[in-house]
Amino acid sequence: MADPKKLPSVIEKHTIAVLVANEAGVLARVIGLFSGRGYNIESLTVAEVDAEKAQSRITIVTSGTTQIIEQIKAQLRRLVPVFKVSDLTIDGPAVEREMALIKVVSTGDKRVESLRIADIFRAGVVDSTNKSFVFEITGATEKINAFIKLMEPLGLKDVSRTGVVAIARGEKPL
Amino acid sequence: MKNAQMNGAEILLKALTDQGVEVVFGYPGGAVLPIYDALFQQKAIRHILVRQEGGAVHAAEGYARSTGKVGVVLVTSGPGATNAVTGLTDALMDSIPVICLTGQVPTHLIGNDAFQEADTTGITRPCTKHNYLVKDVNDLSRVVHEAFYVATTGRPGPVVIDLPKDVLQNKGIYKGAAASEEHRSYRPQVRAEADAIDQAVELIANAKRPIFYTGGGVINSGNVASKLLTEFVKLTGYPITNTLMGLGAYPGSDPQFIGMLGMHGTYEANLAMYNCDVMINVGARFDDRVTGKIAEFSPKSKKIHIDIDPSSINKNVLVDLPLVGDVATVLRQIMKRWKDGGHKTDKKALAAWWKQIALWRARDCLSYEQSKKIIKPQYALQRLQELTKHRDTYITTEVGQHQMWAAQFLKFESPRHWMTSGGLGTMGYGLPAAIGAQVAHPKALVIDVAGEASIMMNIQELSTARQYRLPVKVFILNNQYMGMVRQWQELLHGSRYSESYMESLPDFVKLAESFGGVGLRATKPEELDGVIEQMLATDNFVIADIMVDQTENVFPMIPSGAAHYDMLLGPADKAARPVSEEGMVLV
Repeated sequence: MADPKKLPSVIEKHTIAVLVANEAGVLARVIGLFSGRGYNIESLTVAEVDAEKAQSRITIVTSGTTQIIEQIKAQLRRLVPVFKVSDLTIDGPAVEREMALIKVVSTGDKRVESLRIADIFRAGVVDSTNKSFVFEITGATEKINAFIKLMEPLGLKDVSRTGVVAIARGEKPL
Repeated sequence: MKNAQMNGAEILLKALTDQGVEVVFGYPGGAVLPIYDALFQQKAIRHILVRQEGGAVHAAEGYARSTGKVGVVLVTSGPGATNAVTGLTDALMDSIPVICLTGQVPTHLIGNDAFQEADTTGITRPCTKHNYLVKDVNDLSRVVHEAFYVATTGRPGPVVIDLPKDVLQNKGIYKGAAASEEHRSYRPQVRAEADAIDQAVELIANAKRPIFYTGGGVINSGNVASKLLTEFVKLTGYPITNTLMGLGAYPGSDPQFIGMLGMHGTYEANLAMYNCDVMINVGARFDDRVTGKIAEFSPKSKKIHIDIDPSSINKNVLVDLPLVGDVATVLRQIMKRWKDGGHKTDKKALAAWWKQIALWRARDCLSYEQSKKIIKPQYALQRLQELTKHRDTYITTEVGQHQMWAAQFLKFESPRHWMTSGGLGTMGYGLPAAIGAQVAHPKALVIDVAGEASIMMNIQELSTARQYRLPVKVFILNNQYMGMVRQWQELLHGSRYSESYMESLPDFVKLAESFGGVGLRATKPEELDGVIEQMLATDNFVIADIMVDQTENVFPMIPSGAAHYDMLLGPADKAARPVSEEGMVLV
């Protein structure tokens, strides 16, 4: 263990995976812990991942000093329906992805340009009318941010994002 | 009778009985009528009817803290549950095992704003260790057994079980507690890592200026933990200080005990904390009332921290060596390693350290001047200590100056005899907690050291004391002020005593009599012993109204935001050292 007295005081972003029992109120417990103790939530995703064991996986992107991040993990582990907590940012390399559906309304050159940029970003068209596209894009948060920025002058009207899901690289499960 | 169909209320009582529950503190209402009907038809569980649900939770806390068992509460839906919230938060902050059974509207009405409906699991989620809403009668027995497991293991705490009325009336099957108690996700760590134990033993053995700083975790770990702690502290010869929650874990009259630490701790304990080179924290949590200014908290020490709750580690104070585990288990591990390794302390360094501590002790920081005309609150407690020391006495307190004086002046020789609201600081705690302790120990002497302001917050519970012939003694240090508020206003707010004077107080003697008890009063020092003796001789509940000096302040005091060395030792000190602006915003 590193000397705790030399823990950095800079704010860092961490992606934390939490395996929980899929039972009533479990998400409220997690969210209530963050709001009650004044921690940040930058994104949060949740879905059942094992129906047989009734387990859900929550992915939380949060930020804080090393001491706060350690505290967040300890507090999460303290919740009764929590099986496992893993800090994907420090527990080894991880893949992080986010999906977004993006509505762009335009005609003429702008419409063509939006389609061209979508192609560069490998975004697919999942809905189309004469005046609009809905693009589906998957990637790291920064890539989606960049795509949205480029769509702004081209008729960006609506954005829906999943928030980050993440998984460790390699053979080891959570 | 195995697998016979019972209704939910009967299943509930069977599960409680199987968990060894003998007493329930409660108050009936519409949603819990099936439970009260089942209670009426059995003899195994005794029900104590309180006068407000808040009192039920504190009574259960007093019961739990004085016995080491779980305190059980039974309240109705809606206001019954919301009234219990303060007590639940209190039990959470002080890690007290409590099971609170709350009634709920029938499942088909949940969410419809039905009569006496409240989102009890939603409201109590942040103030319990865990909570449950039971929607199927066949889950009920499993949930109850699990709730007891969760409440009592790891860091103990309150657990709510919300019980819709239809679940209590439906028929179902009872299942006994599982033979193996392993929970599928909840696994508290009990044993510390072996190499951490080795490092701890090295640190402890090589210390030059060591101190044991021990808290409520020792008491929660069980009486054996107190025994082991006492043994180890005596073995090393090191000084020990206790937190407010930890008093009684080590004999208060032992010379190695240097008093409580923290905001109103002793001069010697706080300076020993500041100057130590090795701090051995056993089951305490570096609460802000203990640390004072974090940046200047014990700057020269290596810190060992034994705690069963990993989230306590590095929360407020960064430590060098965390040992996550149960206090008794970890102490056993340490002592085994100590003895196996033939470790010895540095006798020479220790002698010098004790010499230094003796100099601090010589300041006699708890001294006060007793006048001939007026009773000093400290004097009242010293006389109470003197006249009760030969008896098995359980002390509870309310919250404020009297609480701090009780912690300073009463001596606690064994664990589970001192019950005070430490973390939450709940005024109104002491009387119901005393009732709970008296229910558990009918023959023992139970005293609520109270202030005249706090006692008014749950005064209705005198009626409970009367109903069950519980001879609790309420010892009011009556200064006709919310004393601690007044003290802070004097020291921090230019003596502007905004709303802290207790107007229109009742005549406590008549009040006691009207509830069917005995009221006594002392206004002069020479009346004090007589009143205490009469109180102790009375086989009924007593209010002893002790009229004390109205302007006495609690000293020593570390002002908010100040460091351990920056103590106010008495009235003459306060003018010299104004509180910093940062300190003013702290509570």
